[in-house]
Amino acid sequence: MNPEYSRHEPKWYRPKVPIFWWLKQWAYFKFVARELTSVLVAYSAVMLLVLFVVVDRGQVSYLEFVSWLSQPSVVVFHMALFLGLLFHSVTWLNIAPMAIVPKVGGRIVPAKAVLLAHYAAWFVCSAVLTWVLISK
Amino acid sequence: MMSALFLPILVAVLFIASPLELIELLTFGELQELVRLPLVRLALFGFVFLSFFHWAHRFRYTIYDTLQVSHLGRPIALLTYGIATTMTLLGAWVLWGIG
Repeated sequence: MNPEYSRHEPKWYRPKVPIFWWLKQWAYFKFVARELTSVLVAYSAVMLLVLFVVVDRGQVSYLEFVSWLSQPSVVVFHMALFLGLLFHSVTWLNIAPMAIVPKVGGRIVPAKAVLLAHYAAWFVCSAVLTWVLISK
Repeated sequence: MMSALFLPILVAVLFIASPLELIELLTFGELQELVRLPLVRLALFGFVFLSFFHWAHRFRYTIYDTLQVSHLGRPIALLTYGIATTMTLLGAWVLWGIG
């Protein structure tokens, strides 16, 4: 064996990326902000479970919950939550045409049509839920 | 996708407009009847399952990408999906007990 032989060990090319890379461009920031709004999605899911439990327990429990919801600090927090969820929905629906490229009769459906269909679905879902939940 | 379609209106109606008395919700009896319907509870279970795992997946990769800690991939995945699984099971237990 050649005494000068040494096994070739390639080194990974991994450039160091600063932790705050996502603050350097608006598009990067928007991406990370959208991903982080998933925390608000999880919080809202917990709140829906809590609502179901308090409604099941009875009217006293429900009224206590509504009284907590109507405290100014809670209202402000939930308004911020709503804005965060709107941002989540809009940015999420806007990337739908990049992820979904349907074909009809062998032809690709235009991205604008996919986007409009998603916004129409959002509107219909919102309208139906409002109709179900409000007093007739 | 489900959270994008349904959550803004649910939060606006149930947690903002109704407590501020901007709109009138169903009567308490109607609301109680609604949340006790098996189909509604099943729908909420599906919704919370998707929401918790949506959070887990997004949060996992946000931690990787922002904090540059892909070498901690396994513990972070265990933590995020573990929390999502626990919350989903808790949700199932809560919804099973309703009615």
